[in-house]
Amino acid sequence: MHTHVSLEPMQEMFIFETLQLAEQLEQRILSSENANSNTASIDEIFRIMHTIKGSAAMMMFDQIASLAHALEDLYDMLRTEQTIEVDSRILTDLTLDAVDFIKQEIDKIQQGKKADGDSSPQMQKVQIYISSLDRNLQHKGMEAATITKTSQQQPFYVSSCQNSGTVKSRAFIAHLFFEDGCEMENIRAFTVVHNLQELCQELLFSPEDILENTDSVKILREQGFHIVFRTRESVEEVNQFFAQIPFSEKVSVQEVGEREYHAEPLVQAKSSQVHIQEEVKNNDPLLISMGKQGVGSQLMTVSVEKLDSLMDLVGELVISEAMVSQNGDIKGLKLHNFQKAARQHKKLISDLQDLAMSIRMVPLEGTFQKMNRLIRDVSRKLEKEISLKIIGEDTEVDKNIIEKISDPLMHLIRNGVDHGIELPQERMAQNKTKQGTITLEAKHAGGEVWIIVRDDGRGLNKSRIVEKAQRAGLTTKQEHELSEGEIHSFIFAPGFSTKESVSELSGRGVGMDVVMQNIQKVGGSITVESKEHIGSIFTIKVPLTLAIIDGMTVKVGQSAYSIPITSIRESFRPREQETICDPSGREMILIRGNCYPIIRLHELYKIQTDIYEFHKGILIMVEHDGKSICLLADALLGEQQVVVKPLPRYIKKVQGIAGCALLGDGKISLILDISSLV
Amino acid sequence: MAENATDLFQEEDTQKGKHLIFALGNEQYGIPIGHVIEIIGIQPITEVPEQPEYVKGVINLRGKIIPVMDVRLRFKKTHREYDDRTCIIVIEVSDLCIGIVVDLVLEVISIDDENIAPPPKWNKDSYSRYVQGIGKVGDSVKILLDCKKLLDEEELLELHTLDMNEE
Repeated sequence: MHTHVSLEPMQEMFIFETLQLAEQLEQRILSSENANSNTASIDEIFRIMHTIKGSAAMMMFDQIASLAHALEDLYDMLRTEQTIEVDSRILTDLTLDAVDFIKQEIDKIQQGKKADGDSSPQMQKVQIYISSLDRNLQHKGMEAATITKTSQQQPFYVSSCQNSGTVKSRAFIAHLFFEDGCEMENIRAFTVVHNLQELCQELLFSPEDILENTDSVKILREQGFHIVFRTRESVEEVNQFFAQIPFSEKVSVQEVGEREYHAEPLVQAKSSQVHIQEEVKNNDPLLISMGKQGVGSQLMTVSVEKLDSLMDLVGELVISEAMVSQNGDIKGLKLHNFQKAARQHKKLISDLQDLAMSIRMVPLEGTFQKMNRLIRDVSRKLEKEISLKIIGEDTEVDKNIIEKISDPLMHLIRNGVDHGIELPQERMAQNKTKQGTITLEAKHAGGEVWIIVRDDGRGLNKSRIVEKAQRAGLTTKQEHELSEGEIHSFIFAPGFSTKESVSELSGRGVGMDVVMQNIQKVGGSITVESKEHIGSIFTIKVPLTLAIIDGMTVKVGQSAYSIPITSIRESFRPREQETICDPSGREMILIRGNCYPIIRLHELYKIQTDIYEFHKGILIMVEHDGKSICLLADALLGEQQVVVKPLPRYIKKVQGIAGCALLGDGKISLILDISSLV
Repeated sequence: MAENATDLFQEEDTQKGKHLIFALGNEQYGIPIGHVIEIIGIQPITEVPEQPEYVKGVINLRGKIIPVMDVRLRFKKTHREYDDRTCIIVIEVSDLCIGIVVDLVLEVISIDDENIAPPPKWNKDSYSRYVQGIGKVGDSVKILLDCKKLLDEEELLELHTLDMNEE
């Protein structure tokens, strides 16, 4: 009966949460790859992996859980061993691989299929990497001891060792003195540690700064070298090891039980140190989530339905507030306290309304960030060097629109990378920078949101487009008969693709027309500008359905109209003699030496009003694309943020009206589309 | 699930043959109750320019913006000042919510199929095409309207093509 399989609430929650985490993870890892330092994100990635592992295990998705577990191990290692040098590219690849696997599986679950993917290839890769890191570590461990500057307050160097396994380990305390006059006691002690390290899981020694501190030689001579360690080796082997230490004099090795081990001052010191470290770590996430970096960590998800009903309720609240405070029964009464309380009440309600309006708006940031991943993947596959520049990602667009434009945008970017940007050597030959740039920009413009995808690649090849269009029967004209715009618009025609070979990424020829259709579905449009060898600019214009704009509301007769603040330059009341009328009856006004045409709103929209003279009404100068006109309205009503809604389908499209908006008092105003008026 | 299904059927059954009766001047009209979402008193209507005369504008119905049509003007009757008995009936036709302004809402009555006569065929009267039938209730007659046709046929057609595009 249902078109999609209904899911258990638990499962739904799991899917939702995991997808979100996966997304977060992806962004994290990509941003840290770019910044080339993973350290800040390791904690967060570890946490995410941990959560995914936990919930996947609970939902019995073992493959996901075990893969997440492997990655968790990896990140745990990175977390504890700050000294490890990691190739962030490999790390990123590994993590992204895993994220992809998880997403894929979740997708299956979502579609009601069985999550039957096998994560072992990914897991193997992770494990291989872990063990390679582990090997490195043992070398690094030594260097680390010399490199890491440890202060006096941290008297013990906690050495890194192999991961503890299941075999029960024994604890030992060893004490040794080197022969008198053997010299270089510190180096010798270090060698001992170095060799011993390979055998044991935990290793503590004192004095710890044996290499840097020349005084340590004195201590070694006077007090001897004190080692506490834990190993899986047998007692004999341990004894044998110590017996082989050259120039060692008094060696005592003693196996100790857990209690004695923990009672050992070195161990205690270490555990307190670990404790402190843990505390710091625990604080860390909190700090991050309080700061801006914690992408999504303080977000929660609400169903859109609930938001819609919240909006409606608030709308009703606004109206009922007006009904109370402007109630006929209290008209004319002097109710000082009541008025005061009512004003407060009204202010709160309008704040609430503003908030409810803004909740539905989502910045484009998330969508744009996704493109980072795309560019990285595609450009690496094609061996191109591309950087993505993002501008205006905080532009807010209604959630519905974001969902609809994400796919077309992805397609455009993929095209830009595949067809647009040239290979590095080609670019060098053309005196371009080796690295191509794709710019993704969003901005509010004249009642619309513009999303601009710009690349500095090879641009559109006009003659090839015309040739292709002729072959596809789209035109019979020759190249010189067509304008540039006409030629470029062919790429949006169904079944058009200039790329000869069909690549894995793009160029199936279903591309651009689908992009166009998708954008048109949300009432938007797409245009392209291109210069050969310089690049292409794709501009997606989507209506700001539900987009919040700052609007100036003006009164014309009984109607209210809103003008986007961004397009208003000034408003003023002219003197009678300033306006001019030309012979054909067109009116204009001279301001600071420039002449601007005047549009009377009441005439334009045939509205009954009492204000015909310019000096009784108000002129609002609006600008779009460098052109300005003046609009005549009766009066200004005030500035406020309004949520733009489309006019109902039943209402015929009106030139110059972008939509309508609910004003604070529940009234409706019509939003002027300045770009089509100018 | 099964219970729900029977519930639905029952609900449909109870609505069958029921009409909401409203008045325009001396005539009484009925529309199938299934289309009716709610009835609200007249409220300020925001005019939208460049619309046919009968499209009065839009209203804010709890945050939802819906168009309003004056049925009087739709039927090319003379305009009558709105008063406190004027009502807006919010109906839903093919997924489109629209308010229709009527002089007065009277009642909900059941009219059996056998009491509904098909409308006479007048060729050139455009007004008759909105009429689905003539219902007899006691001594009076009610003109039963076809909600779908109340919206302009052409407009509906347009809407349908729009819908198709969206799919």
